[in-house]
Amino acid sequence: MKNKFIYLSALAVVFASCEPEFDNELSNSTYSSGEADFSSYVAVGNSLTAGVMDGTVSRVGQSYSFPNLLAQQFAVAGGGEFTQPPFDSDVNNYGGLILGGTVIQPTRLIIDASAGGPENIAGMPTVDVSNQFATAYNNMGVPGAKSFHLLAQGYGSLQGVPLGLANPYFARHATSPTATVLGDAMMKNPTFFTNWIGNNDVLAFATSGGTGVNQAGNLDPSTYGSNDITDPNVFGSVYSQITTTLMSGGAKGVVATIPDVTAIPYFTTVPYNPLTPELIGGGDAAVGAATIEALNAQLYGPISQALAAFGQPGRISLMSTSGNSPLLITDETLTDMSAQITGALTQAGVPAAQAQFLGAVFGQARQATADDLVLLPTRSVIGTAPDGAPAPINAFGISYPLQDEHILIPSESAMVAEATATFNAIIKQVAAANEIAVADMNAIMNQLVTGLRVEDGQIYTADYFSTSAINTVLFSLDGIHPNARGYAVVTNEIIKVINEFYDAKLPLISAANYPGATVLPSN
Amino acid sequence: MLILINEFLKEKLTQIIKMRKLLSLTIAALTASSAFAGGYRVALQGQKQLAMGHTGVAVVNSAEVLFFNPAGMAFLEDRFNASVGANALFARTKFQNETYNWSASTENMGTPFNAYISYKVTDWLSAGIAVYTPYGSAVDWDQDWHGSHLVNNIDLKAVYFQPSVSIKLSDRLSIGGGPIYVNGAVEFNRNISRSITNEEGQRADLTIEATGVNAWGWTAGFMLEPFDDFMLGFNYRSEITMEARDGDATFNDLPAFLQANYTNTTFNADLPLPAEVTVGMSYKLNDKWMVAFDYNRAYWNVYESLTVSFANPAVPTSVNPRNYKDASTYRLGTQFKPNDKFAFRAGWYFDESPVQDGYFAPETPRNDSMGFTGGLTYQINSKLGVDVSFLYLHFDEVDNSYDHYTEDGNDGITFGGTYKNVVFSPGVGLTYSF
Repeated sequence: MKNKFIYLSALAVVFASCEPEFDNELSNSTYSSGEADFSSYVAVGNSLTAGVMDGTVSRVGQSYSFPNLLAQQFAVAGGGEFTQPPFDSDVNNYGGLILGGTVIQPTRLIIDASAGGPENIAGMPTVDVSNQFATAYNNMGVPGAKSFHLLAQGYGSLQGVPLGLANPYFARHATSPTATVLGDAMMKNPTFFTNWIGNNDVLAFATSGGTGVNQAGNLDPSTYGSNDITDPNVFGSVYSQITTTLMSGGAKGVVATIPDVTAIPYFTTVPYNPLTPELIGGGDAAVGAATIEALNAQLYGPISQALAAFGQPGRISLMSTSGNSPLLITDETLTDMSAQITGALTQAGVPAAQAQFLGAVFGQARQATADDLVLLPTRSVIGTAPDGAPAPINAFGISYPLQDEHILIPSESAMVAEATATFNAIIKQVAAANEIAVADMNAIMNQLVTGLRVEDGQIYTADYFSTSAINTVLFSLDGIHPNARGYAVVTNEIIKVINEFYDAKLPLISAANYPGATVLPSN
Repeated sequence: MLILINEFLKEKLTQIIKMRKLLSLTIAALTASSAFAGGYRVALQGQKQLAMGHTGVAVVNSAEVLFFNPAGMAFLEDRFNASVGANALFARTKFQNETYNWSASTENMGTPFNAYISYKVTDWLSAGIAVYTPYGSAVDWDQDWHGSHLVNNIDLKAVYFQPSVSIKLSDRLSIGGGPIYVNGAVEFNRNISRSITNEEGQRADLTIEATGVNAWGWTAGFMLEPFDDFMLGFNYRSEITMEARDGDATFNDLPAFLQANYTNTTFNADLPLPAEVTVGMSYKLNDKWMVAFDYNRAYWNVYESLTVSFANPAVPTSVNPRNYKDASTYRLGTQFKPNDKFAFRAGWYFDESPVQDGYFAPETPRNDSMGFTGGLTYQINSKLGVDVSFLYLHFDEVDNSYDHYTEDGNDGITFGGTYKNVVFSPGVGLTYSF
């Protein structure tokens, strides 16, 4: 009797220890690096590599940089340690930078639910640029860097930062004041690299509203302004040099192309024709319609007639009292009609000073069309008063034209598109010549415009933050850089390229589990 | 007249003031328990019958027949019959996904119990009462695991009380049945989305908890002995709808901006327990050997979706497609009684899962299974016996997914991978009759 119970208890113990087992239990041997060697992975690039989101590097944001996410996936396939520039001093996760007690880079953007839009989070940045580490890190992404900056001595000189000659982010960790970004990267002896550089060579021009110069033909980048487009020959030779240097120790890698502006919410979020009676009437359409009628009678009508009389019809039409009307903008490619407008208005009895003012303001004005790209920050400019503009000609976009820096007009977009295409062709050409993989971020971002369906069935878009997409928006609040979720999508696309090109088997990450914008009840 | 900026910004920027919309979208995918699913209907309603593959609709063996077919009470030889027992149910599930290198597991123990008493009032009339717990298990994944938007953990308990009568219409035919009163409780937790966290980075989640959920159903059947030693049985169990009303819905780790609207509230939900038909037979080969066969059909198609509505109007109703299908179980069992002291039993069954491909949710991660059972009775004296049993449920590993999670308006989000289950349950009971 007693024996039987012992026997039964033993049986129970045996079965109780029955563990479910898979035929192929996941382990590191499930995955492989293929022809690649991830033991020393180095990332070079700009803000997209550094992990900028919501306008800044922050302690938490940096942990979601695509190279850091990628390195975590490399870990199961022979990946080594991956280091990033230290942001421990960003104790409050505000982001931003200070130098000499002055804020030189504002805090990160958040959504303030009580106010209704993106704002810099209230607080003082705690990352001091003068706190220097003089260390090479695996993540050598430097926010703001253009292609030629990676080779520029002194780009990490602390003394150069206040003079605008050096980069505050690189100055924090450059191994010496004369170190180059690429030189520091090579100190990590890369076996594998990613290089996503070149965006700022064209996008800085675009984000400035095209206020810079297209430097095509100028082979001396030291003479370029910060908003200029880099010469293609400069870009080509710099890109080749970066690539061959990175590969000099036998490393393989992935280079990424430059997304076109039409796939970036910074350029696609604000419509060209947001003006409605409701909006102009502050929510009251009747009031708005009355305002519009007054504007049409006193401003749009007379100027439109004057322009038509001088052979420039179609620049400005009357505003709609029921539907959407386009923004007023300045187009520096238009013939300047200032004198003619002033003359016509003076003749019509408008006081001379006012006619003079209107002529000057509306000489190159027109209404925006669908071909104009309104920059994201312009949103907060529309309706505000330009300096010194008298009422009622004092509302940007409505009664006073938006300026060059607010809009990317078609001639500027064309320059951007051409430069982007040229640079991307160079990137692919250099990659092909060196037999390394290309992550075509331009093609991927363009897919986002119509919707990119990922493995779990979710469809992601290139839209800006909205309440209906709080779990799916990929771009951070600056409208240019991805948020954590977006960097996860980027990481997956790079993993797919590596898996295919280098015959590796790396696991994907699920972008869905990564956060989007920070929303606070108040700021 | 042109000071528009504030209004303009409020409209054009993000319409964040329409926070209610945000709330509805983020919570739209909330779900609650589907743990009344067939996958969790581990059949453990009597030591003797479990040991015989959980057959019993046509087996007259002990008071356990109250569960399997109350009509059989009238054929019990003794005037008073009592059976009590309990099981230790060990359920383990492992999950992995090769695409993402995900691994997770859940390990749980439940203690289903049962007690049956029958009393022969007259030669032709017997009465009895049955208490049993057909749902006594749980799933407990690691909090915030990869499928946490579907379930973190779920625990449900349901106790069945079933007074029964049985009437012997002739020496070869009896009928029987009775009402069923169910008292249940459920606790269920899941994350409110795949990414929302509070300011400290902790994932926001929701617990719904309902206790004292009551419902009524009934059971009826007959037993027919067309010729000696051959018994046919039929039993029907009605559909029972568990109507959870005013259960507690509690949010945890919400970000501050959601706290104003996602206040703790109450919820309503209906969980259907399907109607079941069982037919079967038993045959006594000789004095020592008996064999039995049951066929069971559960009408799971009633479980189309799990719908949870909340008292707080800011928390929208959650609809979770389940789309179960009717499912069959085939059972075989045998009993060998070499003498008055011992009885040995063995059985096998095939249990079809009601879960269809694409609806494989990790709260009931069960595919088709095969049960292997065994056990014995040691008769201490003519009145009192000790029953022991064991059950081992074998599952093939299965690649499947739940493809109907909704996120930001897209209702085709999939979560899946490879699942492997092991269920084991030793049990012990006492039988007393005179």
